[in-house]
Amino acid sequence: MRVVCPHCGERDRREFTYQGAAEILDRPAPEVENDAWADYLHLRENPAGETRDMWYHDPCGAWIVMHRDTVSHAVHGGELASEVRK
Amino acid sequence: MRIAGKGLIDTSKTVSFSFDGRRIEGAEGDTVTSALLANDIRLVARSFKYHRPRGILTAGSEEPNALVTTGSGAGAEPNVRATMVEIHEGLEVKSQNRWPSLGFDVLSVNDLAAPFFGAGFYYKTFMWPGALWEKLYEPLIRRAAGLGALSGDNNEDRYERAYAFCDLLVIGAGPAGLMAALTAARAGADVILADEDSRMGGRLLAECEEIDGKPGHIWAAEAVAELAGMENVRLMPRTTVTGAYDQGTYGALERVGLHKAADGHLPRECFWRIVARRSILAAGALERPIAFPDNDRPGIMNAGAVRAYLNRWGVAAGKRVAVYGNNDGAHQTARDLMDAGVEVAAVIDSRKDASVALDAPVITGGRVIATSGRLGLEEITVATGSGQERLKVDCLAVSGGWNPTVHLACHMNGRPVWDEAIQSFVPKAGMIPGMEAAGAANGVFSTAGCLADGAKAGEAAAADLGKKASKTKMPKASDSAYRLEPLWVVEGKGRQWLDFQNDVTVKDVRLAAKENYRSVEHMKRYTTQGMAPDQGKNSNVGALAVLADATGRGIPETGTTTYRPPFVPVSIAAMGAGAQGKGFAPQRFTTSHAASVERGAPMIEAGMWYRPSYFPRPGEKTWRQACDREVTMVREAVGICDVSTLGKIDVQGPDAAAFLDFVYTNTMSTLPVGKVRYGLMLREDGHVMDDGTCARFGEGHFVITTTTAAAALVMRHLEFVAQGLRPDLDVQLVSVTEQWAQFGVVGPKSRDLLNDLLDAPISDETLPYMGHQAAQVMGVRGRLFRISFSGEHAYELAVPARFGEALYRVLVARAEMLGGGAYGMEALNVLRIEKGHITHAEIHGRTTAFDIGFDKMISRKKDCVGQKMAAREGMVEESREQLVGLKPVGAVKQLTAGAHIFVEDAQAKRENDQGYVTSVCYSPTVQSFLGLGFLKNGRARYGERVRLVDHLRGVEAVCEVVNPVFFDPEGGRLRG
Ligand SMILES: [Zn+2]
Repeated sequence: MRVVCPHCGERDRREFTYQGAAEILDRPAPEVENDAWADYLHLRENPAGETRDMWYHDPCGAWIVMHRDTVSHAVHGGELASEVRK
Repeated sequence: MRIAGKGLIDTSKTVSFSFDGRRIEGAEGDTVTSALLANDIRLVARSFKYHRPRGILTAGSEEPNALVTTGSGAGAEPNVRATMVEIHEGLEVKSQNRWPSLGFDVLSVNDLAAPFFGAGFYYKTFMWPGALWEKLYEPLIRRAAGLGALSGDNNEDRYERAYAFCDLLVIGAGPAGLMAALTAARAGADVILADEDSRMGGRLLAECEEIDGKPGHIWAAEAVAELAGMENVRLMPRTTVTGAYDQGTYGALERVGLHKAADGHLPRECFWRIVARRSILAAGALERPIAFPDNDRPGIMNAGAVRAYLNRWGVAAGKRVAVYGNNDGAHQTARDLMDAGVEVAAVIDSRKDASVALDAPVITGGRVIATSGRLGLEEITVATGSGQERLKVDCLAVSGGWNPTVHLACHMNGRPVWDEAIQSFVPKAGMIPGMEAAGAANGVFSTAGCLADGAKAGEAAAADLGKKASKTKMPKASDSAYRLEPLWVVEGKGRQWLDFQNDVTVKDVRLAAKENYRSVEHMKRYTTQGMAPDQGKNSNVGALAVLADATGRGIPETGTTTYRPPFVPVSIAAMGAGAQGKGFAPQRFTTSHAASVERGAPMIEAGMWYRPSYFPRPGEKTWRQACDREVTMVREAVGICDVSTLGKIDVQGPDAAAFLDFVYTNTMSTLPVGKVRYGLMLREDGHVMDDGTCARFGEGHFVITTTTAAAALVMRHLEFVAQGLRPDLDVQLVSVTEQWAQFGVVGPKSRDLLNDLLDAPISDETLPYMGHQAAQVMGVRGRLFRISFSGEHAYELAVPARFGEALYRVLVARAEMLGGGAYGMEALNVLRIEKGHITHAEIHGRTTAFDIGFDKMISRKKDCVGQKMAAREGMVEESREQLVGLKPVGAVKQLTAGAHIFVEDAQAKRENDQGYVTSVCYSPTVQSFLGLGFLKNGRARYGERVRLVDHLRGVEAVCEVVNPVFFDPEGGRLRG
């Protein structure tokens, strides 16, 4: 499998660490009640098709929001997490 | 029988090998099967379940019957397809699944009991009683059924893994693959051409055909020579592409040295990962047998294989041969045999209207309804329409048609489509992104068609890659039509074999359908059809046809099972090459490694690092003696320990302090420059992630440490927080673990030792506990931290890594002069347990700050990772298991980590479980075993007696629950 790093281009997936759904970027404020926090931490969609998830490119240290397809396994590309959050 | 003047190999060069101990002479270029057939040996193997005598069916990697063991000793390789083994001098080949011999096999009684061993036999027979499964049924079945066995010894043979990249991967070097590679390579594409045969050319090597007025194999050799001369082409013979994976990644297995005697230099095999922007599947087609009664006798072969042995290796598979087929292609077999002077007893064409222009007896509309010959074919019975005819033959060449080799195209779960004209499945476009099928793999069966299809695919790939192919001049070749009439099963007395490798018959498939295993996936699992090493290459389409017929559906509606990699069996040795022993994981060495080894320290793994366990001295017989001495040495004098393996992260930027406030539970922004603070990090779910120290070097400059085990995890986490959660903060992180060598100088004499070395001496005033400063040691600029993991007056001295080894040697020598010395991981562990300090044995992922007594370290004045969830109900309950110390007070003085804690007089069972022990040691300081553990409501239970039960090791001990800080609870020693 080949994964795309915005810094380094297409690289072997063994250079990356997978972290789970990109919703982890939407951290609630501390005052939000526990239920919403529990959802943020533990409740995940299980999409068949388009998905966005977090990948860390170990050689360059970039956290990437990857656009992928869980059915076709296509990797459409990624954006730097720091850009997505801005 | 070798026929003089036939074949493409040089029969004057003799090569001998052994088969079941018997010396066999073959010729250079022979495979085991061509050499055996040249010596008139037909019986090669016993079948999987019934121990039926079996011979050679094919001439390729799909071979289901002729599986053998090659080599001997540790490196003996079982279940090798003899068709793929090139003979070399001294090669040892053994048949399998027989005892005492191939000709007389005791377990062939299984065959007589066959009525009991039908489909679903395992499921029906061995269901009850369950207790007998492990002890009786399974060993029995494993002994009776099976193929070859591994030696069980460590195989020292060399294997390799490698990587390759290209624009275009062409899979298969027959007419289509060669044309595709030529076309794309001439256009400038970077091409890899892989073919599993030792010689490229595919069917052109097996047929008597002409291309551009010359023999096909000559045309192929010229094409290969042209490709070999091009810099942008890499030829990979003996390389089977085994799998198609995501984003143009392909697995391939190369037989690098298997065709030679092992010399220790060439690896036996190499497993390749090839990344290709485009690929062309030109893997050809596989001939399929016909399921007529007793169609599995040695001597009954695929017609195309009979031609291959004749035309490539100059070997006639029999002296008197009959040909049986449902298509025009089979006639060529008779033609080639007669041209070579072999007697053809009959050509049996199942089609009533077949026109056969041959100078041999022809039976149109005929069916082979019986065969005989115990260890090899002797006679066949043919139903001619008007009656029955018996023919004495020693070989029957059979063709039920050809199946395109679609496997790789289906590896990403795409399903092939049914092609009515060829009565088989062909790939559909787009099943593997970037892959195109061409030639026979694409359902095109004439030579001219294959050449044209290959050229077309090569042009298309070149265009996709941005290269322009010049117009290809098509070579002239035969364009004979491929006509067939489906023929799957011939009824009659006797079993009709479908899956030779797994001993599955037509009756088994029908039984599955009758018992309602109508889905093809269910039928497969119920009968085991298609589950053997050949993965149904010879039997899938035939079995489908039988199932379709039995269930009253068409073949396309019945569908295929899932094709999975690998296309051929891949040895684990090749796939995992280099990963044995020390190759399993990278090794990281500290700068003091050599010095520790010189001192006789056994090195133990800590993650990928290697650290000294203890430093034995003369007279010490056990590790405990060394450890006890080292602990006492540290408590009474001074010890030196390399702590460079702890993660070190340099944090800089205007918002560095705010960032650290967010990742640590406690506040780092209030830490003065020149000071160090202990810090705790949580996961966002409120559990403890890691702990370490945080030293401030400037307003916007900190250096933090992590535990050795969690260094990479913490780095990744901090980057995640910086980039993903707090991109508003201006902060940069870099790991400096490798850049600094850092040594603990620990014990009451630590300052004396340092003051002898430092360019400017230190005192309590200049460097108090939890302070740090720049320090110059023997002219080298370093960093000095006054921190302690042992509870002693201690320092950590860091210098650039290139000075590490020299400094370590100096520190140890100085320590020894002061009555101290080096200490290892064992003593380090004892020292920290005596102080109740935690490691990842305690913060193992399920403990909270509350559990370890650090609840107050979570500041409420600011937000931090994990703060919200750590405060959840249930995360801070008194009834939770809390960190406690445990001290033996009963007769048994030894404690074991992993033991569970029970109320003293309670029964030691799960319902009564009160907690568990995480760390234990013998403390020479306290002169007792000590334990750390987690106990329900533990902090309120100091003084209570509990029972520790280690069910695994059978150790029980009565302990008193105590404060986890066993030694110097006031911390007076820290301050010197
Ligand atoms: Zn990168």
